[in-house]
Amino acid sequence: MARIAVVVGAFAAIEALCRGGIIPRATMIPPTEMVAALWQILRSGSANADIAFTVVNTLAAIALAVVAGFWLGAVLHALPRARRAVEPLLSAYYAVPVFIFYPLLIVAFGVGRTALVVMGAMFGVVAMIVNTMIGLDRVPSVMVRTAAVMRLHPVARLVLIRLPAAAPHLVTGVKLAVAYSVIGIVAGEFILATAGIGKRIAFGYQDFDNRTMYGMLLLLLILVTAVNGALSRWEKRLHHRFGRQ
Amino acid sequence: MKPRYYDGLVLAICLLTCWELLYLAVGADVVSSPAQTIARAAALLDTRNFWHDASSTGIAFGYACAIGIVGGLLCGLVLGLNSFVSDVADPILGTVYSIPKITLYPIILLLFGLSPAAKVAFGVIHGVFPVAIFTMNAVRNVAPVHRRTAKALRLSRTATIVTVLAPSAFPEILAGIRIGVAVTLLGILIAEFFAASSGIGFALIRATEIHNVVDTFALTLLLFLFAVALNALLHLTERRNRPHA
Repeated sequence: MARIAVVVGAFAAIEALCRGGIIPRATMIPPTEMVAALWQILRSGSANADIAFTVVNTLAAIALAVVAGFWLGAVLHALPRARRAVEPLLSAYYAVPVFIFYPLLIVAFGVGRTALVVMGAMFGVVAMIVNTMIGLDRVPSVMVRTAAVMRLHPVARLVLIRLPAAAPHLVTGVKLAVAYSVIGIVAGEFILATAGIGKRIAFGYQDFDNRTMYGMLLLLLILVTAVNGALSRWEKRLHHRFGRQ
Repeated sequence: MKPRYYDGLVLAICLLTCWELLYLAVGADVVSSPAQTIARAAALLDTRNFWHDASSTGIAFGYACAIGIVGGLLCGLVLGLNSFVSDVADPILGTVYSIPKITLYPIILLLFGLSPAAKVAFGVIHGVFPVAIFTMNAVRNVAPVHRRTAKALRLSRTATIVTVLAPSAFPEILAGIRIGVAVTLLGILIAEFFAASSGIGFALIRATEIHNVVDTFALTLLLFLFAVALNALLHLTERRNRPHA
């Protein structure tokens, strides 16, 4: 409850500062007006195409990152030699601002949907690979041996035994992949794109259209917080059920 | 040669081969060849423009790291010392950390104007959260025995922090600093991509916009090498300070 008080207090403080003119209107509009602006944008439907563009691209990037990340992680897990060689690259991956490759992707795919989806997937895929390998490492060897006794096919072993046993870590991977993919796509839209929520925010900024800018910003923050909160809760439940914290 | 270095060498050769094959497959309009890129990167290191941009980025990066690390340490320490406050702050910090910060850049630009200060501020909001979160958790996770011993010895608050908490939490804090420095670099570069008047990120996006493929690749390569070197250095520091390694 103290948490809610802190958040509400912070918003009230910003509201007061804006209304009192201490923060000029050209810099920030009061939070209540942001909500009103968002409501207006949603009702008029003027941004629907941009919202759909971002949501579809993000889903595509997440799907790509999760599926590719899982299989790559599973393959690397099965080949310890290759894994040892790639490990330093994986651990240094997020230290490199992956975003520096976005200009290369634009050169390769042109400005548009493909470059954005690939960017988002590139951001997310390594988190998924790493967590898949961690998850598979932690599968109890009893289960693996049981599968061997049952003479399961390797793919069946992976899907029926290891996948559920590694689930908590896989969900962590998915959560990170979602967060990273969103960052990759929205950042790409900011810099160079034809449409999308990020593009709209950047456009609002350049046009001094603060209502659109803050309205869309609010929408994005709400979406991200909601998705992130839901995934965190799911993750916590799985970790709890499998007895690991 | 140690096997570890041997693996790294094989990995580097594999990456270069893939790059060359990609170049042969899609052509010089889209991808520049490894040899060409390395030659161009070496030539860039001799130009004054490059060093002008590099110093602009470097200075902003230095300030942002200093502010982010000191601010994060102080926040983390204050939050970590009080369990009620840290219980309240923990999920809030986590949520703020997971927001794609790029969406906040327009607000920062409105607050600071199109200036180096905006770049620094944007770097700081990237770096300060991981440092604060890691510090907070590190301080909370200090073994209760240590705390009780400090109390039994009647150490003052300052003495407890300096002689007991700090050394015990130091390795974990270093991990936070490593991540903080990496995302600060990301923040500075994204800021320069989006809106800046100088800097490596600015030069990179300009090269992309005029479709100068070789320059785009050469600058990306230099940034990549810088980020990898920085990460390796921080990893080394971290490993030296790990208690049982």
